[in-house]
Amino acid sequence: MPRITVTVDGITYQEDVEPRLLLVHLLRDRLGKTGTPIGCDTGNCGACTVMLDGMSVKSCSVLAVQADGNDVVTIEGLAHGNEWHPMQKAFHEEHALQCGYCTPGMIMAAIDLLRDDPDPSEETVREGLEGNLCRCTGYCNIVRAVRRGAREMSQRSMPEQTEQEVRTP
Amino acid sequence: MTAIDQHPAAAFEDNDQKPVGHGRMLRKEDPRFIRGKGRFCDDVQLPGMLHLAILRSPVAHARIVSIDTSAAEAHPKVKAVVTGAALAEMGLAWMPTLSGDVQAVLATDKVRFQGQEVAFVVAEDRYAARDALELIDVEYDLLEPVIDVRRALDPSAPVIRDDLDGKRNNHVFDWETGDEAATEAVFAAADVAVTQDIVYPRVHPAPMETCGSVADYDRIDGRLTLWSTTQAPHAHRTLYAIVAGLPEHKIRVISPDLGGGFGGKVPIYPGYVCSIVASIVTGKPVKWMEDRSENLISTGFARDYIMRGEIAATRDGRILAVRTNVLADHGAFNGVAAPVKYPAGFFGVFTGSYDLEAAYCKMTAVYTNKAPGGVAYACSFRITEAVYLIERLVDCLAYELKMDPFELRIKNFIQPEQFPYKTKTGWVYDSGNYEPTMRKAMEIAGYDELRAEQVERRARGELMGIGISFFTEAVGAGPRKDMDILGLGMADGCELRVHPTGKAVVRLSVQSQGQGHETTFAQIVAEEIGIPPADIDVVHGDTDQTPFGLGTYGSRSTPVSGAAAALVARKVRDKARLIASGMLEVSVADLEWQKGSFHVKGDPSKSVTIQDIAMRAHGAGDLPEGVEGGLEAQICYNPENLTYPHGAYICVVDIDPGTAQVKVRRFIAVDDCGTRINPMIIEGQVHGGLTDGVGMALMEMIAFDEDGNCLGGSLMDYLIPTSLEVPDWETGFTVTPSPHHPIGAKGVGESATVGSPPAIVNAVVDALKPFGIRHADMPLTPSRVWDAMRGAPQPPI
Repeated sequence: MPRITVTVDGITYQEDVEPRLLLVHLLRDRLGKTGTPIGCDTGNCGACTVMLDGMSVKSCSVLAVQADGNDVVTIEGLAHGNEWHPMQKAFHEEHALQCGYCTPGMIMAAIDLLRDDPDPSEETVREGLEGNLCRCTGYCNIVRAVRRGAREMSQRSMPEQTEQEVRTP
Repeated sequence: MTAIDQHPAAAFEDNDQKPVGHGRMLRKEDPRFIRGKGRFCDDVQLPGMLHLAILRSPVAHARIVSIDTSAAEAHPKVKAVVTGAALAEMGLAWMPTLSGDVQAVLATDKVRFQGQEVAFVVAEDRYAARDALELIDVEYDLLEPVIDVRRALDPSAPVIRDDLDGKRNNHVFDWETGDEAATEAVFAAADVAVTQDIVYPRVHPAPMETCGSVADYDRIDGRLTLWSTTQAPHAHRTLYAIVAGLPEHKIRVISPDLGGGFGGKVPIYPGYVCSIVASIVTGKPVKWMEDRSENLISTGFARDYIMRGEIAATRDGRILAVRTNVLADHGAFNGVAAPVKYPAGFFGVFTGSYDLEAAYCKMTAVYTNKAPGGVAYACSFRITEAVYLIERLVDCLAYELKMDPFELRIKNFIQPEQFPYKTKTGWVYDSGNYEPTMRKAMEIAGYDELRAEQVERRARGELMGIGISFFTEAVGAGPRKDMDILGLGMADGCELRVHPTGKAVVRLSVQSQGQGHETTFAQIVAEEIGIPPADIDVVHGDTDQTPFGLGTYGSRSTPVSGAAAALVARKVRDKARLIASGMLEVSVADLEWQKGSFHVKGDPSKSVTIQDIAMRAHGAGDLPEGVEGGLEAQICYNPENLTYPHGAYICVVDIDPGTAQVKVRRFIAVDDCGTRINPMIIEGQVHGGLTDGVGMALMEMIAFDEDGNCLGGSLMDYLIPTSLEVPDWETGFTVTPSPHHPIGAKGVGESATVGSPPAIVNAVVDALKPFGIRHADMPLTPSRVWDAMRGAPQPPI
């Protein structure tokens, strides 16, 4: 059985895994990282989205052995102590979650889409989140949250930037 | 009631502290979910826990000749393999459904739908369990399946339910409502009558989290703990006691955080029973989690009503009567989750928002070789179908009369002074003020401008459609005198306990699946008793910890449990008043309540807060005579009627003439659910429901081929809307409180799912007007719209 070394949310693990073990099951069943859920069996829903070396991936479609030597960040690794990531805060403030099941993957995908466009338009956000399904929110508040989170993230790095109004009436 | 800006520019920094009472308040649930610390069923890990996987039928209808489990049993990680025959020995091969039919837990004699449960494996991990399924060899003797519901009652059709004594056909029930003769008379005399065949196709609620359970049977004290994805934990506990013969006080059902339900988690599924059996057999905790394909092919579907609708009117547009004949496809077992006396749910409200002279419905339900279900996906017990029928018929009539669909609706609304209004099918609508709601939607939409734009676009050969839907919902089942599920009255309990330091815990019998109960029920109680919502914890989903009640579906939480929460808080307040009178040494009549404290009338300086009273209730010192220590109460609320929220929806679509792709450009939803507890949460509920509507109207369908293969068995084929298929929703509201509800609130969660599909279809049909089309059936996918544009028959469903 292959032995892999993988860093998850800042902690390095060495695990013996079957080659067929999916990354999402490694995270959930072996490492107890149950914050990353499973919503489908065809790679469509994106609930299991995590960062693999800084890129968002659907962890149901990655083998654990493929993560050997890599750095994984899950929803559980986003906050620093009790300080939430701006995207987490924005999801809360814009009521961008209801049952909370798609939320971990949605937040990870949202952070990833900002790498290409730190100040995305509504359309850019919608296109960037196409791989993440949500059954509760109708996406509208998610789009608002992502734009709000983006604004707050860029304010952190560029404090001189003026505040933009994100909310539509 | 506290008036709070319902959409402030900035969120409350200290949102848990304010507001006290109704208004926009951020959710108490969010902190755990945004950090991956929710606890869903599959997150439950117990020492020694085994995993269960279910072998499912590959065919729709076949006799089971033999099952060979020897290779699976020999697998080194397998702990048990169980077939229907083994369950039959335990008396557990069949279980009652919520409609009083029976359903096979594991097939014994034959399989009756593709995906039906045939055997299960329990193994050390989920991979091994799936491996072992491949090692089970089942020999099937194929039978002709019954797939087309229209032919299910043909004398030559194979009998699906030969397990039922003397059953010689596929008939489930006949049901009727209204006055047939009176309706016939009105139709005979009417100027205009329009008939339209309307199909509401089979769809699926498909919550993001599938169904699952973890059963932990303790052999020493005989206690069963079952974590399961259930919207009705108490009802499930009682049914397990009946099915499995376990004593009810030894069963604890825990419904943890649910990743959505949408009605898909109301029934008891065979998987839950299998996990219980597996834990009893192995003596270990056993987890069952189905995958998405299993969820789509075997758990409760929604809709599948084949309707012939008729509407009669005068030439000038006075609607006189509605008549319908419905063929309902119930699948292989009648598993409809509805009150016992309502086999067709609340379909009787198909007369809608209009003041009619007569109405009549005749319905026949039949078995087919498909998964059971019917009532799910925010249908409010078949009101989706009822509203779709009437709102399509009104548009068909408008088409016939060449009237604007808006004018036709306004002309026929039940008027505000007519409430409470008894419909021709016997439903008593509690309150409504329809025209202002409709006008508000028209105003937001800019209806006249949209019609003008449509004229211009049509002149350029573009396809633009405007669709209206105006609906009346019926939610909050229900009065126990005539509403029960398998004998359990549809009342709900609520318990409020105020601790000595003035913090409180509210225990609910209902179970949130994302609707925000932990926030809004704290708000209801806060408003009544003046304790800040942050100091009120809401407990739900654990049958050992909460009072009995029937759970969350049919948008019944606010109407029933919300009423219970307000009344239990008032009951505690009444006791607090007695204690306050002792503390202030005045008579009860001399006290005045100002949210959070009692003061002496005319002397506000003499006051005690609810927190002071809580300490006194538990502390030292005498209480007034006859008053017990402690500050808590419990009630079980029996609603006197349903609540009847309403709404006006307008949809604007553009259709690409070259590809027949429908794009929802705008959607305006104005809802009236009476008193609004938390506008932010209502808006989110509406957004979600509107998205369901886009899915159903344009994309979603569980279809079958002639052999009974399910063609919607994964998210590759069962298409649900992504962020790209839905517009930025536009919402508004009016407020017409329910007169019989303690805080005037009506349910709302399902309104948007109920109200939006007809608006979208009406818009598409409106766009296709240049083609002379009066109706097209959902889902309006590009290929089906393409066919409709060319007058070609749409593919059968």
